[in-house]
Order: sequence, then structure tokens, then C-alpha cells
Amino acid sequence: MSERFYDAAPNATLVAPERAKPRVYPAKPTEVTLFGTCVMDLFFPEAGLDAIRLLEREGIRVHFPQAQSCCGQPAWTSGYVNEAREVARAQLNLLDNGLPVVVPSGSCAGMFRQHYQEVFAEEPDTLKRVESLAERTFELTEFLLHVCKVDWQDLGKPTQIALHTSCSARREMNTHLHARELLGKLANVERLDHDHESECCGFGGTFSVRMPEVSGAMVLDKTRALRESGAAEMVTADGGCLMNINGSLDKQQQPFRGRHLASFLWERVSGEHRS
Amino acid sequence: MSQRIPVKDLTDSFRGRAVGALADDQLRTNFRVAMDSLMKKRADAFPDEHEREGLRELGNHIKARALSQLPDLLEQLEAKLTDNGVKVHWAETTEQANRIVHSIIEAKQGTQVVKGKSMVSEEMEMNDYLAERNIECLESDMGEYIVQLDGEKPSHIIMPAIHKNRRQVSKLFHDKLGVDETEDVNELIQIGRRTLREKFLEADVGVSGVNFAIAETGTLLLVENEGNGRMSTTAPPVHVAVTGIEKVVGNLRDVVPLLSLLTRSALGQPITTYVNMISGPRKPDELDGPEEVHLVLLDNGRSGAFADAQLRQTLNCIRCGACMNHCPVYTRVGGHTYGEVYPGPIGKIVTPHMVGLHQVPDHPSASSLCGACGDVCPVKIPIPELLQRLRQENVKSPAEQPKVKDGGAKYSRKERVIWRFWTRLNTSPMFYRLFLWGATRLRKLAPKNVGPWIENHSAPVPARRSLHDLAKAHLNQGDR
Amino acid sequence: MSARSNILNKLRAGLAGTTPRPDEFDEKLVTEPWQYAPEDRITRLRSLMEAVQTEIHSVSSNDWPAKVQQLLDSRNLANVLYAPGTGHGQQLAEHWQSAGAKQALLAYDRPIAEWKEELFWSVDASVTGTVGGIAATGSLVLWPDRHEPRLMSLLPPLHIALLKASEVEDNLYGMMQKHNWSAGLPTNLLLVSGPSKTADIEQVLAYGAHGPKELVVLILEDC
Repeated sequence: MSERFYDAAPNATLVAPERAKPRVYPAKPTEVTLFGTCVMDLFFPEAGLDAIRLLEREGIRVHFPQAQSCCGQPAWTSGYVNEAREVARAQLNLLDNGLPVVVPSGSCAGMFRQHYQEVFAEEPDTLKRVESLAERTFELTEFLLHVCKVDWQDLGKPTQIALHTSCSARREMNTHLHARELLGKLANVERLDHDHESECCGFGGTFSVRMPEVSGAMVLDKTRALRESGAAEMVTADGGCLMNINGSLDKQQQPFRGRHLASFLWERVSGEHRS
Repeated sequence: MSQRIPVKDLTDSFRGRAVGALADDQLRTNFRVAMDSLMKKRADAFPDEHEREGLRELGNHIKARALSQLPDLLEQLEAKLTDNGVKVHWAETTEQANRIVHSIIEAKQGTQVVKGKSMVSEEMEMNDYLAERNIECLESDMGEYIVQLDGEKPSHIIMPAIHKNRRQVSKLFHDKLGVDETEDVNELIQIGRRTLREKFLEADVGVSGVNFAIAETGTLLLVENEGNGRMSTTAPPVHVAVTGIEKVVGNLRDVVPLLSLLTRSALGQPITTYVNMISGPRKPDELDGPEEVHLVLLDNGRSGAFADAQLRQTLNCIRCGACMNHCPVYTRVGGHTYGEVYPGPIGKIVTPHMVGLHQVPDHPSASSLCGACGDVCPVKIPIPELLQRLRQENVKSPAEQPKVKDGGAKYSRKERVIWRFWTRLNTSPMFYRLFLWGATRLRKLAPKNVGPWIENHSAPVPARRSLHDLAKAHLNQGDR
Repeated sequence: MSARSNILNKLRAGLAGTTPRPDEFDEKLVTEPWQYAPEDRITRLRSLMEAVQTEIHSVSSNDWPAKVQQLLDSRNLANVLYAPGTGHGQQLAEHWQSAGAKQALLAYDRPIAEWKEELFWSVDASVTGTVGGIAATGSLVLWPDRHEPRLMSLLPPLHIALLKASEVEDNLYGMMQKHNWSAGLPTNLLLVSGPSKTADIEQVLAYGAHGPKELVVLILEDC
């Protein structure tokens, strides 16, 4: 059963959601496919590349099919089922070769693992392929932790960071547990809790443009909590939240920033210093 | 993926009311403080996750089982209650329900009604209906009383006056009841007690809701802390209970887990001060209790939700309010922003069946789908999944025959075109890569005004090179 | 068509082709977490009820009327409502006579309509029995009947309830099963778990909202 995520932070919202059933992890494969996601593609490509580097560092050959695009989530959550299904089918066809699929974004991985079966509910034949994809889909941190069983030496300087996890990714992919454990392997990294850590950052895909005032109030509270945590920066494994949080911080002209967990991890284990 | 949302007259919409609520610092503080406290209380009431999850599973099972035989259980309930001496009435609409209640009061030539807390009577707008017919219908739950005195509606289903602080209540009592101002909560409550006890004494009819109606024994179960529910159902000569048809459960023992889930999820209490189980009117040799007991079973759109196996799950709800306590949207905008009787996540999924999506077109989309509501729901209603389903029904064209009352309220050909374009883009690798190429090469020309997004964010600027490009160069390979 | 048949027909149409779900009620879920050693039941009930401002005393089954008298004396109350048709009511009346207690004994022996106003405003306290207690939630079970009417435990500002130590059960489910509640319930069965309270203003807890401001439980040792 679930592990308490929320009870560490002061005034935290004490919600402990149920988790997906514990999954059984395969042995480390020699090849994987990386599904980059549309947000990363356009806005955080370097983080996607860092994900590839992290996988290669584990001795895995990474494929990046050039025909990939979006998992279909934006249309799905907006109620456009047919549109979501068409886009989903394109990805499903592309990822049908049996290779493990690693996704550097929890909510997109969750789309593969949890929602494709709803998207294709009325197509029994397709569902078999959906089931296969779901079994082969891993969120990046999950893959590094449980499949690669990484054992890292932290080459970075001591630092303090805050971790933000996407709500749906947490619910569907346990990203908070994986990210926490992975960060725990880094000797010089201290993870600080922030107020209402479990609360949504306000992104919610089209929610942020349909209800900009409410969404704006949420991201304002989230960025304040992150800044007040005392951390030097925020890391997250979800592109949507990252775009939301950094976009808001920039608008507020705050120097505090978040970045993708893949980039942070690569910097720590490769010793390569950027910024 | 931001598109421009046409700016319409927002004053009478969820968004318009949200803007007003967000600007009210006092309101926001009242809600944040209250919801934080309620979340903590709930968490403390369920120290053992295994126990909690087992109980939620059982709660879900009991409600699902009851719904799987709902018409039979309603008939059994009716037969049992009738045996016990309770008169059962059926109403398809709130208008019918009000007429039934009114005729019961009229038959007794009643002029004063005192009401225990009942969300169904709010649905019926019973107070207004009776007032128009010169019958005073007074709320007796302290929170409801405060709200009624101020001419407002409840902003939370369990804590109706949660949007007010003690200063506001003090001023209200001073203005309306002519008492001295005081910020002592105990004193404020004693003022309410004295005023309302007079009303309990005089009332011709008491009205209440029902938390669980037990078919097996013909019993109406009510939970409460104040004693106003017991007063309303015991002191006046007539008791009228109003409830939704989904409140029936099969067996008496079924209420054991449901009660535990309800009071712990709502207020973090192991049990409420009173659990009031009514199985009939006063017997000939008894000395108190109402001489007549009536039950009004209200549909009001519930059978519409029931018709769809997925949407039927909305009828699991036991009205604990935990979903609103944990909702980041509700916490920020408060209950009145929803504009209807049931606020918060549960309000978003039950209200469309009652009033139709045309009346609440923004309800399905006013959520970030963060899922906190579904995580805490004691009877495991998959609220995010149902919101998503309502979004589907909301954007259907008339030809697609939406399955929810007034579905297709957000159908827009223009928006459909945008999504068709998006589909094209994401299903044609060539088109998609052309788009990436354009967006990265022309990044400086990316539109700075991308609609509502820039109200809270800097405009997003695409990277210099897409991940497609970087990966291709790095992996030094073509397609595979 | 009546509203009744319209509603039932719509519901039946929605269920067409389905069968009722089997009953998978797992009683372990509502019993196992809530089991106590016999000697711990009272302790648990006591701590939960005291946490919501209930006053609890252990007394012998002979001496409790004197305790009632003492409780009324210490509060300077003028009268107490009792149920003359019950065993404990008679015990109280006998003590009152022999001890010469100064508080007026008010017998609830006539229909409410005959003295509603007096009951609402002029009664200071009441004594009622219970049919048991529940350790898991800290609750009293009241089974009002013609001898001991419903409003006795609601109207007076002070409610004194008698609870036999041997009648405290572990949990509600056990109580229900042991006394076979589903075979027949009274007009109004009640669980009472403290004095009347509300948190409707700023979530500040205030006692004595509409019912008793004080609840005193006398736990009777049956020896």
C-alpha cells in the first residue's frame, strides 16, 4: 500500500492516495525506446538528451523514433476522444516493437500505462497491444531506480533542492517515491520539503488557459512555497509542471528556477557543470 | 498548447465569480485555514492506511451493491416504512417535492417550519417556496441559520458558514437580532440556541434530511453534532424527511462502515455526537415524538445519471465534503463560486445531472484533474475520471447525442477545428517535424500574446533545437 | 403515470440485463480494528467521551442516586426529570424520598403537548438509562420508549446517563449483532457520544448548541 508522501512538510496536506499495484520489474535490457514527449521536444530538449545520456551511461542503447509526437493527453483531458485516439494510435503503432519505452515525464507515462486502455476501450484487438505497451512503459526515474538499479557516485557540490511531482504522475506512476529514492542516492544533495508539497501547481493542461485566474493563484502559491523552502532550486520530472512553474517565476521576475530532474541527475553523476 | 479562449461576459460564470472570490483576501484566508484544518483532522482520524483503504473498498462495495438493486431496495424501503407507519412520497422534480411538502404542512394548517440540515431541501429551494406561501421555514443548524439570516446560500455542505469569521457573525447577529456584538464564539452559539429553541417549541412541522435510509428495517438514519436534527425530528407534531433516491442501503449493518467513513472523512470525528435512527412516528402509548412522519424521495436528475453505468458512480456519494476540503480549486475560490447547491468536486459531477450542462458549462473544466478528490473519497468515486467523461459529453455536437442533460454545452466548431489541426499535426511525422523545424528556427518570432497563459506566465519560447534534432545528432542515426 | 412508477421504470431500464452484485460484506473490516480486552473497554470509552467534554464517574449500582443528588447540589440545580416507569427511575425516587433531596423530581409521565413549554425552558437536568455503550467510538446507546421518552436526553441542559459496565461492547457492529437490532428497532434509537456541540463558527468548538450542554455518564459496577 501507499507510502505517505505528504506528511513530511510543515502544514502539509495529509493526503495519501492509493497507488497502482506494485509492478514486477524486468532485468536491465540492452535497448530501449525513449519517448520524448511534445513539451520536452519543444521546450526542454536538453533534458531529453540528458535522459538519453543517463540511460547510455547504464550501458543501454537508446532509440529515438523520429516519427514520435505527442501521447494524446491534451485532447484526452479536454474531452476530444476521437482526436486523442488518432494521435494515440500513431504512437502505439510506432512503439509496437516490444522494446521497453522510457518516458521522461510521469503524466505521459501514465497516459500510456493507465489511460490508453480507456482511449481504446471499444477496440478489443487494439487493447492487447495497449496492454503490451503498458507493461513496457517506464517513467525515467522508475526505470533508473528499479530496472537499472543505479548505483551512483555524486560528483556535485553540496546543495539543497526542492522536489515537485506532477499530481497525475504521482497517482499513476509513483513518481514521488522513485524521485525521492533516486535523489536519496546522491550523497551531496539534501531534499527540502516545501509547504503544501502535495498540492497541485495549477497547470492541469488546458485548465491553465480555461481558468487562468484560479490556475494563476495556484501557481503563485506553489512558487512561493518553493522559494520559501530554502532550496537552491526545484527539480521535477514533469514537463508541464516545469513549464508552468518556470513561466510563472519568470513573469514574477524571481531568480529561483526549476529544472528537469534528468538534467540535474546528469550533472551530478557526470560531473559536468553547466549554467 | 494554449489557444485563445473567447472572452465573453464572465460576470455570471464560474470564472467570473472565481475572479471575485480570488480578490477577497479575507475569504481566501478563511477557506485556506479551514480546509488545512479539515485535511489534518481527516488524516489524523485514519492513522492506519490499511484500515482506511479496506474500509473505503467496503464503502464502495456497499454503495455499488445498493445501486445494483436500487429500484428493488426503494420498494422494500417503502414497504417497510409504510409498515412502520411512515408515509412515503415520490417526486421526480424539485417542484413536485415542494408541492408534497407544502400539502403536508397545509393539511395541518401549519405556518412555521423548522429545518434540520438538509442538502436536498437546498436543492429544492424549499425555504423560498414555502416563504412565497406565507410559511416560515427556518434553518436550525447553526451554520445554516447564520447563512439564512444573511440571505446567503451555504458555501460548504458540512460547514455552511465556513466563509464567515466570528466578527462577521457577530455583526450579523447584532444587525438582525439586536444583540450586543461579541467575538466570543460560545456566546454567539448561545444566542443562536436561545433564538432557535423558541422556534423548535412553536414549529408545526420539522423538516430534515437523511444520511442513510435502511431498507431492511425501514429506518432513516441522521448524523449530527448539535442536536438540532433531533429537535426537528422529535419536537414538532409532524416530521417530514426529504432525501435523494440514492440514499438507500440494503441492510442495517451496511451503515456501520458508512458511518465510520462519513464522520471520519468529514470532520475527523470517530462518530458524531448524535446518530439518530428513526423507524416510525410516535406509537399510541408513547409520550413524545411526531405523530406523523413522512419521507419524500426525490429524483431530480439522479435517474439520468443512473442510466449510465459510469456516471452512476456519482450516486455513491455520502455527502462528507472531503473532496472539497482537499480540492486546491475549492480552497481558493470557495463554495459560492460554483453557483449551485453542491460545490467542489462532487458538485461538479452531480450538478450537471440536476440542472443540465447549459446551466453549469464550466463545471467539468474548472479542475486541474489533480486527483486529490478521488484519492480521499470515502466511497471511491473516481471523480477525475467522471470529470473527464463530462468534458467529453460537454464538447459533443448535437449529432453525437450527448448522454448528459443538456450535453454539448461547450460544443464549438471553432475549437473542434483547432483540435482537428492538432490531430493532423501529431499523426503526420512529416508535418510534425516541419512544425518543430519552424518553431525552433523562428523561435524569436513565437507569439508573445498567447492568450490567457501570459496572465500568469512569461510567453514560452521554443528551444533552439528540438529533441528530435538533438537526439538524431546524438544517436547519429536515422529513423532507428 | 405516477412519479413513483416513472422513477422506478427509469431505474429499471438503467439496470436492464444486469444482476445485483453479490453481498461481499466483510465484517472483519468493522470488527478487527476495534476489539479490546474486557478491562480496556471502559478505559477506551472513557477517554473518547472525556475528550469531548463528557464527565464520567464510576459508582456502584446501589449508590448512584446519591451521586446524582451530589451532581445536582454542586450545580445548584432546582429540578431533575426522571422516568417513573423504569427500574432506575423508581430507585431514584426512593432515594430522593429517603435522603430528603431538595431538588424537585419531575416525572415524565404525560404527553409532551400537556407541558411542552415547561419541558423546553424549565427543566434543569434529566436522568436516563442506556442499553449499553460502545468502546470503539465512545458512544452510549439509548433506546427510548413509552417509559423513557425521547426528549429526556435532549432538552435539559444537563443529561445524566446510567451505563452498566457489563453492557459496554467493543464496536457498533458487535452491539447490533448481539442484540439482533435488524429484527426490530424502536421508534427512535440513538447513539449519543457527548454533549451537544458545534464548530460552525471558525471551526471553534462550542458545547451546548441545541441539546445538553453537559453530559455526565455514571458507570455502574454490577456487584
